[in-house]
Amino acid sequence: MKRKDRSDIIFRRVLAVFPLLILILVGGILFKLVTASSLSIQKFGFTFLFTRTWDPVFENFGALPFIYGTLLSSFVALLIAIPIGLGTAIFLAEYAPYGVQRVFSSLIDLLAAIPSVIYGLWGIFVLVPIMRTNVQPFLGKYLGFLPFFQGPNYGVGVLSASVILAIMIVPFIISVSREVILAVPQVYKEAAYAMGSTRWEAIQTIILSYGKPGIVGGIILALGRAIGETMAVTMIIGNNVKISASLFSPGYTLASVIANEFAEASDKLYLSSLIEIGLVLLFVSIVVNSLARLLI
Amino acid sequence: MSLPDRKRSKMDAHTISKDLMVEDHSINELIGSAFQQTRQGRFIADKIIVTCLSLCAMCVLFFLYSILWHLLSQGISSLNLEFLTHLPKPVGEDGGGMANAIVGSLILLGIAVLVGVPIGLGSGIYLSEYANQRFAQIVRFVTDVMNGIPSIVYGIFAYTVFVVPLKSFSAFSGGIALGIMMIPMITRTTESFIRMVPVHLREAGLALGTPKWRVIVDIVVPSSLGGIVTGIMVSLARVAGETAPLLFTAFGNRFWHSSLFQPIAALPLQIFSYAISPFDDWHRQAWAGALVLIMIVFIMNFSAVYFVSRQNQFITGKITNKRMRGMKN
Amino acid sequence: MNGQKETSIKLPKTKITSGKLDALMLTETPTKITVKKINFYYGKQHVLKDISINIRGQKVTALIGPSGCGKSTLLRTFNRMNDLIPHVRMEGEVLIDDRNIYHKETDVVELRRKVGMVFQKSTPFPKSIYDNVAYGLKIIGVKDKNLVNQIVEKSLHRAALWDEVKDNLGKSAMALSGGQQQRLCIARALAVGPEVLLMDEPCSALDPGATAKVEELIFELKNDYTIAIVTHNMQQAARVSDFTVFLYLGELVEFGSTDKMFTVPKDKRTEEYLTGKFG
Repeated sequence: MKRKDRSDIIFRRVLAVFPLLILILVGGILFKLVTASSLSIQKFGFTFLFTRTWDPVFENFGALPFIYGTLLSSFVALLIAIPIGLGTAIFLAEYAPYGVQRVFSSLIDLLAAIPSVIYGLWGIFVLVPIMRTNVQPFLGKYLGFLPFFQGPNYGVGVLSASVILAIMIVPFIISVSREVILAVPQVYKEAAYAMGSTRWEAIQTIILSYGKPGIVGGIILALGRAIGETMAVTMIIGNNVKISASLFSPGYTLASVIANEFAEASDKLYLSSLIEIGLVLLFVSIVVNSLARLLI
Repeated sequence: MSLPDRKRSKMDAHTISKDLMVEDHSINELIGSAFQQTRQGRFIADKIIVTCLSLCAMCVLFFLYSILWHLLSQGISSLNLEFLTHLPKPVGEDGGGMANAIVGSLILLGIAVLVGVPIGLGSGIYLSEYANQRFAQIVRFVTDVMNGIPSIVYGIFAYTVFVVPLKSFSAFSGGIALGIMMIPMITRTTESFIRMVPVHLREAGLALGTPKWRVIVDIVVPSSLGGIVTGIMVSLARVAGETAPLLFTAFGNRFWHSSLFQPIAALPLQIFSYAISPFDDWHRQAWAGALVLIMIVFIMNFSAVYFVSRQNQFITGKITNKRMRGMKN
Repeated sequence: MNGQKETSIKLPKTKITSGKLDALMLTETPTKITVKKINFYYGKQHVLKDISINIRGQKVTALIGPSGCGKSTLLRTFNRMNDLIPHVRMEGEVLIDDRNIYHKETDVVELRRKVGMVFQKSTPFPKSIYDNVAYGLKIIGVKDKNLVNQIVEKSLHRAALWDEVKDNLGKSAMALSGGQQQRLCIARALAVGPEVLLMDEPCSALDPGATAKVEELIFELKNDYTIAIVTHNMQQAARVSDFTVFLYLGELVEFGSTDKMFTVPKDKRTEEYLTGKFG
């Protein structure tokens, strides 16, 4: 009996190493990024986040253009993705027949499984030409009085990147909101219908009000994805260190500047600044995910 | 509720609305006529909304269709035996392939499995079988956070930990970066599937006086194996397409790698560099590479679906009867 | 009872056993809901078998039977609530005021305005008390604020809830007690002016005090509404209902006035159920 107990304790202790390893790993990532960017942190301090210059030649680094580009592209992506994603989720959960629902959700899984680099490839050769010849001239013509739709039209730029991001985060929004909507107890839906609601009235007043926290959580999660998304954005945002109100103009994001310049950053301060950008990304993702977890 | 209503509710209702009171018997008529008046509008609004919602769904389908269609049509025309078996040709020469990148990707995934599976599996088992609530919650939270960390951050981490000290880009560092990314998903799926193992299976073992760890190894893990493999396949499918963490770890290589501590080619990296190149022939190769990559990813995903359905059959084998009984109510 | 003929209808014959019906059934109130040969299937499961009954207006009809007998399903055919469930199939007709509600041109939205429903679990919407009661009027689009106020107040009075909530109409409905929530749901259903009230085990989640209040309320309401109530509690059926339908395994075993069924049940199965032999 005693021998058995001991073998159990040993097994337990050995297993306990693995979750501890996870904690150490995440702590290690945080620690490594802080130490590796200490040079830049010491030199620029908090002004790093508010400085517009990014000048590798004179070694003057500020992350503002990238923060701006990241927030702008993610925000526009959400504007596109939320109605489409939520609309699809509601359609699937409340209107579509059961068979359609099943087929559709596996198709959405496919969409979610497509690697980022393939989205980028599709973006370069399919989306960007369409944006250049059709969408952006159209927007410029009819909405050109707004500062967002002015300026030269290259095709590559913040708007194209936002569209790609939107397509990439739509599956997340769909699957999270669909689950949330389906989780609203059937009896509440029935109560709404029993009051003589049309389908939309039932969905609107009941399902969205019961499901709101979960859906908001899903959207925050999707925002986190958009902020951290690297390859597809790098391939079509134009990679230009500039802060412009126009969505047509090329921009740069936190993740894409790392992807583009890390391997060629020979100088210590340059590299340290890029790692500090990675640190910013890490913090943002931790905050966003904690927030989403509270809501879902 | 708006303020006036609230105020009103505190007053004596009869005194304020006496002159406006509607006779009881006419209330139903008023409601009825209001209903008739708005009924058409409500019906139309509902139809418009359904149309908009189904358009959203069509939109999503269209994106998927467009991506898959271009992948297939562009990819198939450039995909051939040479692509699968040859090295890239120098700039300017047509032809060549991505054999080294395909093999490189498989090697990177192999390293990733060696890193990710033991840690993920061990953590998942520990969390479901031994961990106290508090510790389990912390680890679950950390794995959720890990899942949300942008992949490029893992690349930076692997760079600072392995590439800088070893003074070389390497397959080793890239594989570890991917492996770390697999951990959270494997941990969570392992934990949840092990929790689903019916209690009676466990008790049957424990009742025989078998130590808990033997029950876990001999009964619990094998009976949730389908689910665990699913978690592994899904996480593998996810990292198989990752490019960002490899940019400055595996780095890419136009030739066969010489060792695991040297730069190695990877399919996603190759697709990336070919896609942003100015050469038409490279663009074609990028599409072919993308087709190969997506097939690898989809195969992994489909096998995951297969394993999870087998697992569900196993677990619900006992439960189905119960559910049928519940249905009668 | 001065030699009156038996009023029960027995199945599977589905024929009225006697031409001479209880005076109570024939003359007092007309038939509100007529159920004609309903068969209902969940997938392959046959849950209602050839049911035909008449439900009288301004009366309380209780549907009883052991769990799984199909009583809730039968109740839900009266407002087509079963439409929401996938993989079900129904044959037969349900007539309300002589109109087949399963006719393809029936407006379900209008039907459900006329046929209110209260569920086993209280279902307040996550809104204020006032907004809950006004919900039906809001979706219909009743604009007249005064009228809405008046109806809200009247409905809460009718549901015997007004005195308890009149000072807190802006409070969230979720904060009410279980019994209050259930009465709020009744008030909400009454606000749109229904003619029929369906209650699916409305007291099963309530304590005895709250149950008594709801039962009292049902007694009050039957003067103006046709009420059908599903209950697994036979004492409750005896207390509140005028007529009782006893279902067993999807079959209509016995249907008749509550007094008679509870004192002299015709069918052996009814007697066994009432005396607690099964269910």
